[in-house]
Amino acid sequence: MALLMHPANNGVLQAEGHTLVRFCWQHIEEVSKVSTITVTVNGKTYTNDVEPRTLLVHYLREHLNLTGTHIGCDTSQCGACVVHVNGQSVKSCTMLAVQADGASVTTIEGIAPAGELHPLQEGFWECHGLQCGYCTPGMIMAAADLLQHNPSPSDDEIRHGLEGNLCRCTGYHNIVRAVQYAAAKMRGEEVSA
Amino acid sequence: MIPASFAYHAPQSVAEAVSLLEQHGDEAKILAGGHSLLPALKLRLSQPGVLIDISRIGELQGIHVGSSIEIGAGATYAAVAGHAGVRSGCAVLAECVEQIGDIQVRNRGTVGGALAHADPAADLPAVLLALGGSVSAQGPGGSRTIAADDLFVEMLTTALEPNEVVTKVTVPALGKGEGAAYSKLKHPASRYAIVGVAAYVKLAADGSVAAARIAVTGAGPKAERQSAAEAALVGSAGDDAAVAAAAAAAGDDMEYLGDIHASEDYRRAMVKVYTRRAVAAALSRARA
Amino acid sequence: MTAEAPTKVVGKALKRREDPQLISGQGSFIDDIKLAGMLHAVVVRSPYAHARIKSINTARALARSGVVAVFTGEDMMDINPLPCAWQAAAGRIQNNLNTPRALAVGEVHFAGDAVALVVAEDRYIARDAADLVDVEYEPLGVVVDARKATEPGAPQLHENAPNNIVFEWECGDAARTDAAFSTADVVVGEEIINQRLLPTPMETRGAIGRYEPSTGEYTLWTTSQAPHVMRLLLTAFVFGIPEPKLRVISPNVGGGFGQKIFCYNDMAFTLWASKKLGGRPVKFVEDRSENYKYSTAGRDHITDVEIAGTRDGKISGLRIKTHANLGAYISTIAPGIPTTLYGRIATGVYKIPAAHCKVWGVYTNTAMVDAYRGAGRPEASYLIERMIDRFAAEIGMDPAEVRRRNFIQPEDFPYDNGMGLLPYDSGNYEPALNKALAMIGYDDFRKQQAEARAKGRYLGIGLSSYVEICGVAPSAWIGLPGEGWGAGLWESANVRVHLTGQVVVTTGSLPHGQGLETTFAQLVADELGVPYENVVVEHSDTAGTPFGYGTYGSRSAAVGGTALVKSAMKIKEKARRLAAHMLEASVDDVVFEDGKAFVKGSPDNSKSIGEIALQASVAYSLPEGMEPFLDETTYYDPPNCTFPFGTHIAIVEVDRDTGMVDLQRYVAVDDVGTVINPLIVDGQLHGGIAQGVAQALYERAVYDDNGQLVSGTLMDYAVPVASMLPSYETGRTVTPSPVNPMGVKGAGEAGTIASAQAVMNAVVDALSPFGIKHLQMPATSERVWAAMHGK
Repeated sequence: MALLMHPANNGVLQAEGHTLVRFCWQHIEEVSKVSTITVTVNGKTYTNDVEPRTLLVHYLREHLNLTGTHIGCDTSQCGACVVHVNGQSVKSCTMLAVQADGASVTTIEGIAPAGELHPLQEGFWECHGLQCGYCTPGMIMAAADLLQHNPSPSDDEIRHGLEGNLCRCTGYHNIVRAVQYAAAKMRGEEVSA
Repeated sequence: MIPASFAYHAPQSVAEAVSLLEQHGDEAKILAGGHSLLPALKLRLSQPGVLIDISRIGELQGIHVGSSIEIGAGATYAAVAGHAGVRSGCAVLAECVEQIGDIQVRNRGTVGGALAHADPAADLPAVLLALGGSVSAQGPGGSRTIAADDLFVEMLTTALEPNEVVTKVTVPALGKGEGAAYSKLKHPASRYAIVGVAAYVKLAADGSVAAARIAVTGAGPKAERQSAAEAALVGSAGDDAAVAAAAAAAGDDMEYLGDIHASEDYRRAMVKVYTRRAVAAALSRARA
Repeated sequence: MTAEAPTKVVGKALKRREDPQLISGQGSFIDDIKLAGMLHAVVVRSPYAHARIKSINTARALARSGVVAVFTGEDMMDINPLPCAWQAAAGRIQNNLNTPRALAVGEVHFAGDAVALVVAEDRYIARDAADLVDVEYEPLGVVVDARKATEPGAPQLHENAPNNIVFEWECGDAARTDAAFSTADVVVGEEIINQRLLPTPMETRGAIGRYEPSTGEYTLWTTSQAPHVMRLLLTAFVFGIPEPKLRVISPNVGGGFGQKIFCYNDMAFTLWASKKLGGRPVKFVEDRSENYKYSTAGRDHITDVEIAGTRDGKISGLRIKTHANLGAYISTIAPGIPTTLYGRIATGVYKIPAAHCKVWGVYTNTAMVDAYRGAGRPEASYLIERMIDRFAAEIGMDPAEVRRRNFIQPEDFPYDNGMGLLPYDSGNYEPALNKALAMIGYDDFRKQQAEARAKGRYLGIGLSSYVEICGVAPSAWIGLPGEGWGAGLWESANVRVHLTGQVVVTTGSLPHGQGLETTFAQLVADELGVPYENVVVEHSDTAGTPFGYGTYGSRSAAVGGTALVKSAMKIKEKARRLAAHMLEASVDDVVFEDGKAFVKGSPDNSKSIGEIALQASVAYSLPEGMEPFLDETTYYDPPNCTFPFGTHIAIVEVDRDTGMVDLQRYVAVDDVGTVINPLIVDGQLHGGIAQGVAQALYERAVYDDNGQLVSGTLMDYAVPVASMLPSYETGRTVTPSPVNPMGVKGAGEAGTIASAQAVMNAVVDALSPFGIKHLQMPATSERVWAAMHGK
């Protein structure tokens, strides 16, 4: 099955694609079990019935209407869906909602108190760290995790720390500046873009 | 992007997980960190009827450092990388897991999951082989320990029985005169290993190489020891010539896989290059 | 009343007004939109690259609870295939044009082709049911390579296109070029492949169609760079309904890079299905793997190129023969990309007395190919800049010196390159080259390089001097017989000054990352002399904006921005006339400056734009014959394109053992004319450079011989992350364009057009001790290693 996880086997996999399509036909009706989960998201506690296969990102976007968390790929590469679960950044497309049962989740909508900007949000704005803005929420959530662990990162550490997030617009130059801006601000230093 | 339906179980104990595996047989898959399984489910390359989520089993967590290092199968890469005892006792393990995926992958992916999945391009199998580590597994008949050398059978296939759950991974804590290193050519898109080489050396009192274990991942269908390269090192002074000899001997008797990113020929050449790098780093650490 | 004139904002690095919602997760992208009663659509796709559809059985899918309908291509025969708007080669392709239908009928022509549509109550159910649609295929022969597709015996895609040829096209002077080659001292040739790329906007494409049964009106929300054009194409060509019956809205669009210009099948089938299903809205959003399989790709040229010249470094001829892969069907503007936007700029920044470019557009069993950032110009720029370096190496001359000796000189402008383009507007190429060389420390680098080589380290430096075509595309050019484009690409803008003095601007352009809300407000604020904060820019909805051709081709500032400024100028003129009336002065004596009108010489007695707007709005006292309100619209068709230029330089080191390329420095000196907002211009350049570097080093879409996209996910298609790219060192020269009143040229694509060859020239330079003269992109570690080790 998870042949796909091996880059060497893409060809094999693709060749098997036909077979797999046919296999799918054998897997008939849905297993219509529903699980009840309780999740605290951005400080508010929700209890919902979800299918076990519901991805955390779909739970946030479709059940809770928190559409700031985006989806940019289907293989856990792009990081547009990064949120924090119990304080750690995760790709919410690669986690089931049932796995977040009992957890505390923070999304871009909850990273700063209402009406305020997190230093990273401010940094991205000041330093032109976004263009289309689609990757931005995930990028900010990933950067927030990075700064939790490393309050004074080098540019190189920022670049490596954001390896789980793709941006197609900025070429990353201004994202690095934005994270440095936020890091300085969070250290209590004077900042300027 | 959307998995097919499945029934979901989140057992609280390994025994419960094993009994669920017994009950559901081939239909069931174990879900740990999910970073291999969930992408496969989303692309519908895998459609198990039952998922058994072992991430809530307390006994699978935890890392204990003594004369050996015992890592609960459910420990995440991030937990391993951040563990002071691991970093001091077996730095190569931290060095390896820090090169896996990205921060978000490391926050979810687990050591036990990676080894049980045995992706041919995964990093950890090489390090487990080089360290001469083992995994412990629990099945209906009780627990057993499988040595790394016996674990990886073929592509995505291990010696684990379908109804066994990996419970812990054990590697030795390295002492004076021992050193290990992991060196990797990273796939530019997936960041899996195109070639990854782990090397372990133990020096004798006279500084010569008393023992060596070298293992390669990424290049072929499964992670493999490199006995010819090891033989070239053992008994040598561990000097540049010996390192070069080990590198030259590496990878000659392996089966290779090629793809659009790296042909078999390139992988064969890179096994030698990364063997040299890993062995040199391991020796330097052993002497430190 | 006298008011302080607001500070001028054009040229200032204002932070973007678009950002607050985007950084807070409050953007509204296509998948964020939820409408009452909305249904979800999933496409059943062909696993085969070429096959006859023998049967489609929807029974099992329909039986799945929650499934509302399953449609096939036969069901949608009441709508037409999607149109092609740019039939290059003087319409000669009309007889062999094959564009996609909303769903395939009879045959599929590439893996991922749309075969059936499942519509269900939620997307999980729709996805499940898609697996329950039983399709029986009869596989046919497959060809994925553009050159092989034209060879005898190749599988044929379409009956009306023998040898899979869509068109043969040429520009320049063949006879003169052949003559130049026959007498040349030096001739260098190379086969150069410009590999297929996947544009990969981080947001995939999608559409929501809604039909209102009571009025017969349709609304389409879609990820489009050109909503007005989509309305025109869908109504007039696909549905055959009056244009006003469709409203098209682009919500926040998560990057486009060309891929979101075109008319896609989902726009048609969501609207069609909504009507069929009694008006329930139907949403379709691609997965990334669908985006890679189905949405348009870029580049994909195979070229034989030759350059001729003298031993003292003068280029005398350029001859190009290109097979351009257009994919299985013709996308909206596909034929114009490897022709008009490619061959006509093939000579680059050089005075080349004889040049000729011949292009074959070819069908293959692959996804459609159309514009991707730069669109034709990166391919052209890559060719000439690679060949300049090849030529320099051949004659043993420094590549910077060869460039200098062949540059078009400042006094040559406006410059006709002889390839059928309007003349280059303005340029001064050598200062940009010199500045870039100084920034990188060219002379020092050559010393370091020599020292490093002596130690077995391989450093390389690569230059790229480029010119490109922005402000695409005036009717004066694109409307010429032979270009085959359906219309001149003018742009519109309306400016209104409301009673309160607030300025509302509507534009046919639309931002999807470019920051037009900010830069357009800067332009209007300065022109009218009002505070920047008082200008609102509205866009992206056909219901509220004048017709416009959209945002692509680096045209928004030069064309859309000019329309805007011209509207503001008209406002000022009317304001001046009204002010004269208010001041009881002669119109001829009144001037309008910095937001106020006054009698020449008496600025203290003035009327501000706010006061004049109030007077115009309440309309109690207007001059004889003047209409109330300040409201002006401009449809601006520029007389020419604009031609930004510059020099980019890359430094790389290659690892002897592994072939890994380390891009160590990247210097970019660009001349984009007048800069409206340097923060935004730099951002555009950074992103453009990143995409060109990605082409040089990482990205490559690969089909296997069965037509399966091997690089079908981000696991295999290497879009670079931050650690794979350098910081960019940017510099500027400013040569205003004479084409428009602001002097802007355009910056959206320049980075991409300039960068791939800078990196590849550096890689080849690094490899020169190994006798390497050319390497195909991307310079993956294996390719570089193989080149060094003679494999």
